Order: sequence, then structure tokens, then C-alpha cells
Amino acid sequence: MNQILQHDPATTTIGILGAGKVGTGVARQALKAGYRVLIAASGDPKDISLIISVMAPGAVAASAADVMSEADLVVLSVPLHKFRTLDPAGLAGKHVLDTMNYWRDTNGDMPELDEAPSSSEMVHAHIPEARLAKSLNHIGYHELELDARPAGAPDRRALAVTSDDAETLALALGFVERLGFDAVDGGRLSNGAAFEPGTPIFTGSYDQAGLQSELLAHAASAAGEELALSPVH
Amino acid sequence: MELGVYSFGDVHRNPVTGAEVSGQQRMADLLERARLADDVGLDYFGIGEHHRADFAVSSIVPVLAAAAAQTRNIKVGSAVTVLSTEDPVRVYQQFATLDLLSGGRAELTAGRGSFIESYPLFGADLNDYEALYEEKIQLLLALNDAGRREEPITWRGKFRPALDDATIYPRPVDNNLDIWIATGGTPASSVRAARLGTNVIYALLGGAVSNFARHAQLFRAEAEQAGHDANALKVGVSAVGLVAKSGAQETFYPYWRHLMDGLSRERGFSQPNRISYDMQTAPKGAIYAGTPEQVAEKILLTREHMGHDRHILQMDLASVPQKDVLKSIELLGTEVKPLIDAELRNQEKAAA
Repeated sequence: MNQILQHDPATTTIGILGAGKVGTGVARQALKAGYRVLIAASGDPKDISLIISVMAPGAVAASAADVMSEADLVVLSVPLHKFRTLDPAGLAGKHVLDTMNYWRDTNGDMPELDEAPSSSEMVHAHIPEARLAKSLNHIGYHELELDARPAGAPDRRALAVTSDDAETLALALGFVERLGFDAVDGGRLSNGAAFEPGTPIFTGSYDQAGLQSELLAHAASAAGEELALSPVH
Repeated sequence: MELGVYSFGDVHRNPVTGAEVSGQQRMADLLERARLADDVGLDYFGIGEHHRADFAVSSIVPVLAAAAAQTRNIKVGSAVTVLSTEDPVRVYQQFATLDLLSGGRAELTAGRGSFIESYPLFGADLNDYEALYEEKIQLLLALNDAGRREEPITWRGKFRPALDDATIYPRPVDNNLDIWIATGGTPASSVRAARLGTNVIYALLGGAVSNFARHAQLFRAEAEQAGHDANALKVGVSAVGLVAKSGAQETFYPYWRHLMDGLSRERGFSQPNRISYDMQTAPKGAIYAGTPEQVAEKILLTREHMGHDRHILQMDLASVPQKDVLKSIELLGTEVKPLIDAELRNQEKAAA
């Protein structure tokens, strides 16, 4: 626990790309936790300054370029079908947290998803040099506020975090803890498939032990599938 | 403050009794509700469209026209018109006609709809989800604007043929259609409605009554900034609920549960249960089921957060029986409305 709370929110900048329901919801919680928060939408920061002043007072509307260069952790909260508008150069080497999900109704058809274990791999293929983690996608934006609890609260909700980068994983785990949730290490980025839309983790709400056992159950069934698919000699 | 009811003409098999209801019977039910809502002094009767088996209404305007013909004072409106898969010119003509039929009581609420069945039906591409809506809402408002100025319109867009110096007939009463934009609470939607200078109605479908307070603030601030008179623009709330002298929460639960079970399976969100239901029927939750006093208090609490001008309830989720819906409409008009009016008068006096 101490290890994942290593960073100090007061000296850590969270940069959010996307000023929608999720982006502004994450911003509010991050501000409560004491982080400095920058937020950008696709256009001129002036276009969203009013949105930010009402929806997440205390956050600073900035350009996407400034958000990416200044942030210690960049949070991706744009509609998934706009992932190609993310700037690979701006995100190279940065710690990045992907909160996005695929919703056919609003995202349209995305055939490239068929080739990715989780939508985060598809995103990662576009920003290959980003140090990518996945989390916060399996909690509703209203619940971010309603379900947050101080550490140790008996009804504290757990959220999973995955990443292939140990440092990014630690930073993201600490961030999720600070927002008011038990952060559970879900292992490699591809394990994010365990908490995408339609999965038990996505549709349910779990405490730490419950979430860990769901992650294990998913890993076991994924391993089983792989075994079943491997050629018989 | 305006109060009203809205429906999609649910024809679900009754999840409690197993009883079935025909589309024909449901249409008669809807008109009976409209007459009662008018009789008890409610302000708004809304009909929304779905294009799926559990609902009798995909075509809003004929139902509203029949309701208008059988009522005297109540406003009749769409809740909502899925504009993305409509031709705004035809929508304008239909609602202008409804407005003439009803003596100026017609309203149009435009939205994107919460289901997507109408997209393939009418040849719309989901990949154009945002662009379709953006273009069509702008055209609809431009048509209303041209109507108000009694001028022809010249317009060019991507999703329908261009209009070249065209005048659209008929014009509504006083040349003006009352248009609202419906939203589920994306900040950009509040901003869009504010910049366009239309009324806005928020679908408060669960959660807490305080959830949308910021959105209403944002709408008013943005409208002000865009140069509109923010006080002249209305804010509404649509929600689910049922009013009864006793047992409203018990009566409503299996129907709410049935509908939410289906939605949660389809959309992959948390399965509803009695605990989540009880949280939302509690005083701060956003299901408006209870006694007249409880529902009045909850609408007033919502008003503290939102400062809204209109509150409308969907009472017939998954085919709540007609007798319960009728009783609920009656109580909304005869008991909830006077309670709210009296409290608001007191607040006005205290503030004066």
C-alpha cells in the first residue's frame, strides 16, 4: 500500500484529454484528492473554459499539447472512435491511463477491434511509445463520486488497473487509490479484457477480494481457451 | 412549475401477471391518460418513439394529434423525436400541423434517442452519429427561425437535399414552434442547447437528484455567454415514477426491475436489485415513486439543485397497469401539483 501511494498529489499533475462526462468526472475526483488538473478537448481551450469552470471548478482548461507536455499522468477520456486524433509524439514516453470503452451506439463500427485483445491494445498500437495503463473504464462517471470512500472504509469499492510498465502501473494504482478506491493490480495490459463492457467485472461492483477472485477467474478461463486452441500433437 | 407525464406506449407482457396488451388497447389507454391529465390540470403530455417490439409508438405525431383532439389545455409534445433519423423539414411540417390542430399546444423535443433501431430502418449510418444530429438540429432551428421571420430558407447540408429559397408550409400558430433539446447529460449537449438558444430537458434516469445540478448551471452560464436571455430558456427534467396514496414503491418495483434488467443486459451495466431501487426511491434518489407528499418533496428537492421549470414522469414502465397509471396521473394533478405550487408561493413570499 505504501509503495503505491509514493507520489504526492500536491506535486503531481493530472492531464485529462476529453472534457465529457468521464473527463470532467475524473477531474473533480482528482481535484478533491489534491492533484493539479489540466484538461483539454479537441479545440481551443477557450471553448471549454466555461464547461470546466462549472463541471470541474479548479481544473485548468489547456491545449492538448500543454496537457501532454505538463502532465505526470495523462488520462484518455475521448470517445473511443477518436483515438486516432491522439498525438503519438506528444504521448511518447508519458504515463498514460486509458479509461475508454467501445460503445457501438456512439462509436460506430470499429473493425480494428477484432484484432486486439482489449480496446487498449488497439489504442496502444496507435501510441506505441506511450507507457499505457488501463483503469477507471469499469465504473460509471457518477459512481466515481458516489462510490469513493476513504482508505479502510468497509464498503470501499475496488477497481482494477493493468499495465505492461511497472512504473506506470504503480503510478496508476496510486492514482486510483487517491480517487477513493482500492486499486487492484490486474497484471498485464491485455488482462484488461477482463473488465471491458459485458464482463462480470464491468457490470458488477466488487470489493478488493471479490475483484481479485473475478480477475483470477477470467485469467483461468482465458488460459483454458488458449489450451483448447493450441494444436494437439 | 409545470408538471406532466410522458410515455413510449409500453406493451411489455406484464412482468407480474403475465397479461398481454394489444397495441390497439394501448393507444386507447394513452388517450384516456391524456384526457385525465388535461382534466386534473397537468401541463404536459408527452409521447416518445421507440422502434422495438415492447413499445406501441414509433410514430409520435398521430398519437399526439388524437390526444390534442380530445383535450383542451394541456401541451402535447414529443419526448423525444429521434431527429438523427428524420427529415427536419418533414418534422417541422408535422409539428406545425399539430400546433394548428391543437391551438398552439404542440411542442417538439429533439434528441438522439436512447436506442439505435431507427438508424438501419431509415438508412442512417451509425458512423455519422454526431454529424447527423448536429446537421439536423441546426436545420430544424433554421426552419423555425425562417418561419418566425416569415421568410424562405436557403440551406445546404450533407444528409438531405439542399433547400433553395424554399418556404415550408404550413406555419405553426404565431409562426413559432416550441423546441426543446433532450440530453442524458453530456456537458457538450448542455453547451449545444445553450448556444442554440433552445430549452433543454435532462433525462434523470436514476442515480441521485443532485446529479444534474452542474449541468443546469452550465446550460444557463453558457446561454448567458452566448447572448441569450438565460431566464427565458426553460430547463426540464424527465424521470421515472409513480404516485399512489400507499404502496407506490412496491407497485412500481417489478416493472422498473423488468425494464432495467433488460437494459443492463443489453448495455452491460450493473444489474439492478432491490438495494439499488431502495437507494433511488429514498428522498435523495432519482426515482419519483411514493405518496403525493413524498413525490412533491422530491421534485422540490430536485428544483433546489436544478432550478428547473418543468418536471415530467414516465409512469408506465414495462406496462404498469392502466388503473395504477390513471390513479398516479390523477394524484400528480390533484395533490402533488397543489403541494408544489403552495411551497413555491411560500418561497416567493419569503424571498420578497
